[in-house]
Amino acid sequence: MAAVAELTQAGADAPVPARGRAQRRSFPVWRWVILLVAAAYFLIPLYSALKFAGFKAFTQVVGYQDFGTAFGLSLRLAAIATVLTLVLMVPTTVYVHLRLPRVRRVMETVTILPIVIPPIVLIIGVLKVAPGSLKATPNLLGLEYVILAMPFAYRSLDAGLRSFDVKTLVEASNSLGAGWRTTLWRVVIPNLRTAIVSATVLTIALVLGEYTMASLDNWQTFPVWIVNFEQNAGSVSEAASLLALFVTWLLLMLIVTVGSRSSRKRGGAQVTLFSVGAGGAGRTTVGEPE
Amino acid sequence: MTTNTAANAQASGSAPRAASGAGAPVSLTGLSRSFGAVRALDGLTLDIAPGELVALLGPSGCGKTTALRIVAGFEFADSGTVTVDGKDISPVPAARRDMGMVFQSYSLFPNMTAQDNVGFGLRMRKHSAAERRKRAAALLDMVGLAPHARHYPHQLSGGQQQRVALARALAIEPRVLLLDEPLSALDAKVRLQLREQIRTLQQRLGTTTLFVTHDQEEALSMADRVGVMKDGRLEQVAVPSELYARPATAFVAEFVGTMNRIPGTYHGQDDASVLGTLVPVHGERPAGLAGDVDVLVRPEGLTVEAAQGGNGIVTDRTFLGSLTRISVLLPGDVLVKVDKNSTAAADLLPGSSVQVGVKPGEAVLIAPRR
Repeated sequence: MAAVAELTQAGADAPVPARGRAQRRSFPVWRWVILLVAAAYFLIPLYSALKFAGFKAFTQVVGYQDFGTAFGLSLRLAAIATVLTLVLMVPTTVYVHLRLPRVRRVMETVTILPIVIPPIVLIIGVLKVAPGSLKATPNLLGLEYVILAMPFAYRSLDAGLRSFDVKTLVEASNSLGAGWRTTLWRVVIPNLRTAIVSATVLTIALVLGEYTMASLDNWQTFPVWIVNFEQNAGSVSEAASLLALFVTWLLLMLIVTVGSRSSRKRGGAQVTLFSVGAGGAGRTTVGEPE
Repeated sequence: MTTNTAANAQASGSAPRAASGAGAPVSLTGLSRSFGAVRALDGLTLDIAPGELVALLGPSGCGKTTALRIVAGFEFADSGTVTVDGKDISPVPAARRDMGMVFQSYSLFPNMTAQDNVGFGLRMRKHSAAERRKRAAALLDMVGLAPHARHYPHQLSGGQQQRVALARALAIEPRVLLLDEPLSALDAKVRLQLREQIRTLQQRLGTTTLFVTHDQEEALSMADRVGVMKDGRLEQVAVPSELYARPATAFVAEFVGTMNRIPGTYHGQDDASVLGTLVPVHGERPAGLAGDVDVLVRPEGLTVEAAQGGNGIVTDRTFLGSLTRISVLLPGDVLVKVDKNSTAAADLLPGSSVQVGVKPGEAVLIAPRR
């Protein structure tokens, strides 16, 4: 996914150094070579999968055994994870930005942990300590996904908050008589909309593709279903995974287009997948520590 | 034009408060505030009369913004009180202080139109949508932005944004208006226009106003009184003309306007001599100061005449209209600036020898020799 973001950025505004002519001419060639290699790397497996699945398999996916339940479960988990992530992360990130700027560094480290620690380690620990009543429902998996989504959600929100002067807007709102809740609801969140959409889509994409935790937790989510059916219905499962990839890709494109359009209308930040630039001035990239 | 608009707005019942004495008296008493080892405010005391505009002027880091933010409720004083209308507002949160504030950086809500921005404070006060619209329209009209009511902040220029911000601050009929360097992000021409507009509005509405700036021209041209701050303390509070003509301290003298420093001698009491003339001393007398001192004189307090074998040489001249400012190098590498009537200064060209003196009776300040 990071590659997608980098490509959008590189394509958008790679400055041409105004040094020598030779250098200027050699630049595009290298760019094309890299682009082609990258394209081959991504597209050949996709093409092979497409060829293996065949067109007919795509028509069979939706009605296939257990597909509905598995996909439904994944959607339910995505909904739980998204709602919890936003409810927890939005106020936290805003608070840290306004009141505890020094904690930001700590937050950056803490929120990267779920990426550094393998999911298998996380899930085994959780399964050991989680109460049985929780383990009996897929809700536990939803809670785990909140942890997994945290790095992405935090970075989206952090970039969103850095794209406008939160402190001044909050103070302006306070001085006009708005309390904390009103300020958050009417001033901060509307200006964070793009970042929130971005966090949401990333969380959904993550949940729709997560396998390790779901399978160890013994729930047949969509990715688990794909693996289970690969044995006896290879082409259908392949078609399903291609569909999943396509749907996820569409969702991600949606952030970029919808986000950019709504923010253009309000003159706000330009949105790409992982970054929110401040009105063309400074560009803040998520994941890059200061 | 603006007067008309105000009359209309008042007639329609949606006008901001009527002009006569609507502002509240504000007192800052013994305000102190430290950030770690840095003492941002050190016993600041200031009284602002109802409807008065007081500017806090000083270099960056002098504590002026901290003072304003304490009044606004965004910072808390370690000690001291702020009273509005005689009531201590220290325990009142910012949201309930009824103070309009215009910030240095653009602070309009990007997700709202100009009209909704102006109406925001009224919305918080539970005014109906129709009333909000009506009053926002009247206020935008007052700042000359009626045609831009439906524009989003990014569709407005910097000056327009600050005017909307001003309208927004005034919409709540604040008891006190706080201006935190509202013009510093704007270009010179817009700044000048807005300066006049703010002053006119403030006088018409009679809103007690505290204005923070590091720009002396802004402070001197807009304020009823100017308080010059240094190291968290007020050096002097006075009307602009007095601040210029009779600065209380060397810091004020040198911060406001142009000031010459010329070596001289302090004879104690009220007498000092400089450039061979005995002059009266006013303002502070730093303790233990005697003998060799620097004497502070304004460019208009000096005289300069062409003279063979005089005490200085003209190095430069700047035409200022009716006056010409002449730079003269005196013995001991002392460079002074002298203002002279442009006609009389015509023959004082760079390189010519001149005699510089002090106008008789010119009151001067003294400071330790640098």
